[in-house]
Amino acid sequence: MTDQTMSGAPVNEKTRQPLRVPVLHMGIFAALLIFFLAAPFFLYPVFLMKVLCFALFACAFNLLLGYGGLLSFGHAAFFGGASYISAHAAKMWGFTPELAVLLGTGAAAVLGLVIGSLAIRRQGIYFAMVTLAFAQMVFFFSLQAPFTGGEDGIQAVPRNLLFGLFDIRHDRAFYFFVLAICFGGVLLIYRIIHSPFGQVLKAIRENEQRSISLGYQVNRYKLAVFVISATLAGTAGATKALVFQLASLTDVHWTMSGEVVLMALLGGIHTIFGPIAGAALIVAMQNYFAGFGAWVTVLQGAIFVIAVLLFREGIVGVIGKWLKKPL
Amino acid sequence: MFELLGIAPQALFGQLLLGLINGSFYAMLSLGLAVIFGLLNIINFTHGAQYMMGAFVAWMLLTYFGLSYWWALVLVPVIVGASGIVIERLMISRLYHLDHLYGLLLTFGLALIIQGLFRNQYGVSGMPYSIPPELQGGTNLGFMFLPNYRAWVVVASVVVCFGTWFLIEKTRLGAYLRAATENPTMVGAFGINVPRLITLTYGFGVGLAALAGVLAAPIYSVNPNMGADLIIIVFAVVVIGGMGSIMGAILTGFGLGLVEGLARVFYPEGSAVVIFVIMAIVLLIKPAGLFGRTA
Repeated sequence: MTDQTMSGAPVNEKTRQPLRVPVLHMGIFAALLIFFLAAPFFLYPVFLMKVLCFALFACAFNLLLGYGGLLSFGHAAFFGGASYISAHAAKMWGFTPELAVLLGTGAAAVLGLVIGSLAIRRQGIYFAMVTLAFAQMVFFFSLQAPFTGGEDGIQAVPRNLLFGLFDIRHDRAFYFFVLAICFGGVLLIYRIIHSPFGQVLKAIRENEQRSISLGYQVNRYKLAVFVISATLAGTAGATKALVFQLASLTDVHWTMSGEVVLMALLGGIHTIFGPIAGAALIVAMQNYFAGFGAWVTVLQGAIFVIAVLLFREGIVGVIGKWLKKPL
Repeated sequence: MFELLGIAPQALFGQLLLGLINGSFYAMLSLGLAVIFGLLNIINFTHGAQYMMGAFVAWMLLTYFGLSYWWALVLVPVIVGASGIVIERLMISRLYHLDHLYGLLLTFGLALIIQGLFRNQYGVSGMPYSIPPELQGGTNLGFMFLPNYRAWVVVASVVVCFGTWFLIEKTRLGAYLRAATENPTMVGAFGINVPRLITLTYGFGVGLAALAGVLAAPIYSVNPNMGADLIIIVFAVVVIGGMGSIMGAILTGFGLGLVEGLARVFYPEGSAVVIFVIMAIVLLIKPAGLFGRTA
């Protein structure tokens, strides 16, 4: 028999066809959009905006882990780094929200290019340790740099006029700005996963040696997905800084890198919607248990342990298996 | 008195000593990580938490049972190592057939649990642990004042590191261990109980971390976060050294401690990140690490 049957992955003739979004996925996106359009009228908008930012962050992170097969333990660097840039731009230079987010995103892309090009020189566990170490470096930089405000962070970040025209200072108005960014970001990630580029990524994840022998420049693909992931994580962080009108050390700390891993893992790393579900659950949990101090950490650790030992497919992964459809 | 590049010798030697102390801990912790990684193929993220547990158990033995530092040196590695063995048997052993990244995630979760529990119980401010009376005071070496306890830490960690090196590289047990690292199936076929060897190795690595914790207790205050930030630096040390060789882990640990000490003298602002910068340079020049075998 041919190699294809041995590796269990038959050649997919359809990959060159234009993207056809399955009805189920379209339905879920529509349901999510409708829910999030209506939600601010009966749920606390700031909470919802936090969910949205973390959903984008988790999806961006999972693009790298679930589809690139690279576990980064340093995504807080991009999330937090972008939040500092965006907060600084909005507060000190009077940038409008969309420009502040754009600048933060760009900064995360540059940082992703630098860290990524070094980190992809190692694989597996080493990759995780290298990204963690570089993120810690960004943390120390944020602690000492003159513009970050040290332990205080950048506080009272203004929400300026959108495009210089529209007043969106109010939480509910700002919510729709955040919704547009985060929903757009998630759709972009969906598009990337299902592009030819995304298919090559999956091939590299499944068998790196084989992809090399097929003539793919594996390191370029890895670097590209790392930069995309970092960039969109930056978008999420830059937006979050404007939501809470604060950029602080929490966002660059290694616990944040761990949190985003947990969100993806809990929701399901080989799924599209898993990280969104994971982000919503973890943010909700943090909200409800906020008064219990370090018990939140214990609980997060326990979820980690249980997820790794008992359901590695994640919540959405299990549902997908049950429906016999990839979600 | 002589001066070196405008730096007073007291300051220079003081910082070098501090670097050597930090290096002792880097060496002991990265050694434990390397031993565990060799056989289990996982990175033990709980290592920092287990180092912290070592310091805390020493403090508990003193506070609740009145057992002195010297008792702690013997008992703590056994107690914490035993807790590691329980963890390995109950949880980590279930993951050997999976991608090694799951081991990293599991031990990360365990670290969060342990740190959270200790934070709940003891807060973040830290507990004092006094230097044992036998090691108080210091010696004047002429060019600098050497606190006895710090000298003891350096000597003890050198002895522990080279003892471990001897155990692994020069004894029969170590030969089994190295053989099992290369080919566990074959070693099992020769009648050696590989799963038990793996369990004991994990216990031993955790015991090393706990011992480092006991040594650290009188120097740094005993607090629940003491291991969390240290472990990230130790990860960088491990990346720089490569985990292929025991001696490599030891030398890299001490060496980077000294480099950090020098950085604190000549460029204090950069001292927190100097190890990470070195890591970046090593990744550029020799990605497998200074002592690493190319994958």
